[in-house]
Amino acid sequence: MTQLALVIDLNVCVGCHACVTSCKQWNTSGSAGPLVDENPYAKDPTGTFFNRVQTFEVGEFPNTQTVHFPKSCLHCEDPPCVPVCPTGASYKRAEDGIVLVDYDKCIGCKYCAWACPYGARELDEERKVMTKCTLCVDRIYDETLPQAERKPACVLACPTNARLFGDIHDENSEVTQAIINRDGYQLMPELKTRPANHYLPRRATNALPGPLAELIAEARL
Amino acid sequence: MNPAWAVIFLTVLCGAAQGLTVALLMAEFVGTGHATPGAAHRFFMGGALIALALSVGGLIASFFHLGRPERAWRTAAQWRTSWLSREVIALPVFMLLLARYAWVHAGGASPATILMLLLFAAAFALWICTAMIYAGIPFIREWSSPLTFINFVAQGMAAGFVLANLWAAFAAPRWVPIYAPIALCLIVAAFAVRMMVLARNRNLRPQTTVQSAIGIQAPKVRQVAMGAMGGTFNTREFFHGKTAQVMMGIKWTMMGLGFALPLVLLLAGWGMAQVLLVAAALLAIFLGQLAERWYFFAEANHPQNHYYQSIA
Repeated sequence: MTQLALVIDLNVCVGCHACVTSCKQWNTSGSAGPLVDENPYAKDPTGTFFNRVQTFEVGEFPNTQTVHFPKSCLHCEDPPCVPVCPTGASYKRAEDGIVLVDYDKCIGCKYCAWACPYGARELDEERKVMTKCTLCVDRIYDETLPQAERKPACVLACPTNARLFGDIHDENSEVTQAIINRDGYQLMPELKTRPANHYLPRRATNALPGPLAELIAEARL
Repeated sequence: MNPAWAVIFLTVLCGAAQGLTVALLMAEFVGTGHATPGAAHRFFMGGALIALALSVGGLIASFFHLGRPERAWRTAAQWRTSWLSREVIALPVFMLLLARYAWVHAGGASPATILMLLLFAAAFALWICTAMIYAGIPFIREWSSPLTFINFVAQGMAAGFVLANLWAAFAAPRWVPIYAPIALCLIVAAFAVRMMVLARNRNLRPQTTVQSAIGIQAPKVRQVAMGAMGGTFNTREFFHGKTAQVMMGIKWTMMGLGFALPLVLLLAGWGMAQVLLVAAALLAIFLGQLAERWYFFAEANHPQNHYYQSIA
């Protein structure tokens, strides 16, 4: 069984939001209709996004790290948002594990958003239906696109290659290898939702060349 | 969570309707002691119509919670997995049985025992469905408890019996001295259950932390940016945005209007045909339960809030 997913490398994400804007551009232009923007050029702009990048400061000064944290639907293997849907609009595809919303069946009751511990779903305030990341289901199978472009928009846009896309049930896939070799982890594993998306942790790197590191060490004295 | 008024009205109005139905069925089984059967039929029919009107009010309120109310008919589809879908079935079933029950009484006949048992079962099935919508989300710890069900039943029964007491003052005076002490006991019981809920929620330990939410095991994690400037669905839906003082005020409104004032009013009118006092008690308990339900929603902490600490 295929389970498509994103693997996000926190070690190289620079928080540029290219994945956010490319996601918005692709998904607002599709046949499913635009994602609303309210007050886009005024105070307090807000709107529907399937993907957001948040920033956290980790550690205690002076030993802090800035972690940019891209966040979208994790396409859980045991998605709590699906069984609660009263209309069946929310579903998980058997063939590739993508969790989707049928916008024509959704009544906008928001129960699925309550049942998602990750806050991955957003109600579109204009269309009044629940929306979420589709893993660009309308592009990854599009045979009119060159093979290399049949990936989610966010993956293609990432300038640091922090986003990998593939089948985590295929042992030999790039994503599975990355999870195995780089200690890829899931979010809130204690909730037993088995998210398909994984994150690759930060790595300790000695980026500074020897002489520069010595200079800095002297300066600290 | 950000309390939704539509759901608050839905659960409070339907809860009172269910409680009133239980009160009517109790009188039905014991016997009303009316001088004429016609008067008894009028009491039961009128009571059932009041319960039906409350349920209709709740049903109408529920539509205001939907983004696409015109598609509401689809909601009965997933009854195999969704408690919300089951509630959507249970509520009309309850209303249909109530209507049938009122109709039989209107015709001057006594309803069959099976109809009354079904009506009783429907009232409780609706309570189970409503409560499980909330209790069935395991990671919203404030809701995930049998107390959610017990509290919904307790509040609905208290309101329903005060309402039955008031209706009996008009249509079944001999039942006032029976309903009044039961209503008093139910208000005390509802208060006790609500205290248990508050005590439980005060001592809850969160299942998740910001560390498990982003998967970084550092003792100190501070959010610098939420990824949006003007707020998002996530900041609007999952935070009530009220100050601690407002929360305290609503909690005391719940205590005062929901439990203390109705108790005092019912006791003040004890043994007298004080319709105004009972009516005042009913109004107080209604307003108090709106506050109670608001607090129920507001007190729930959603794990997604880890990702929105800046406004938490």
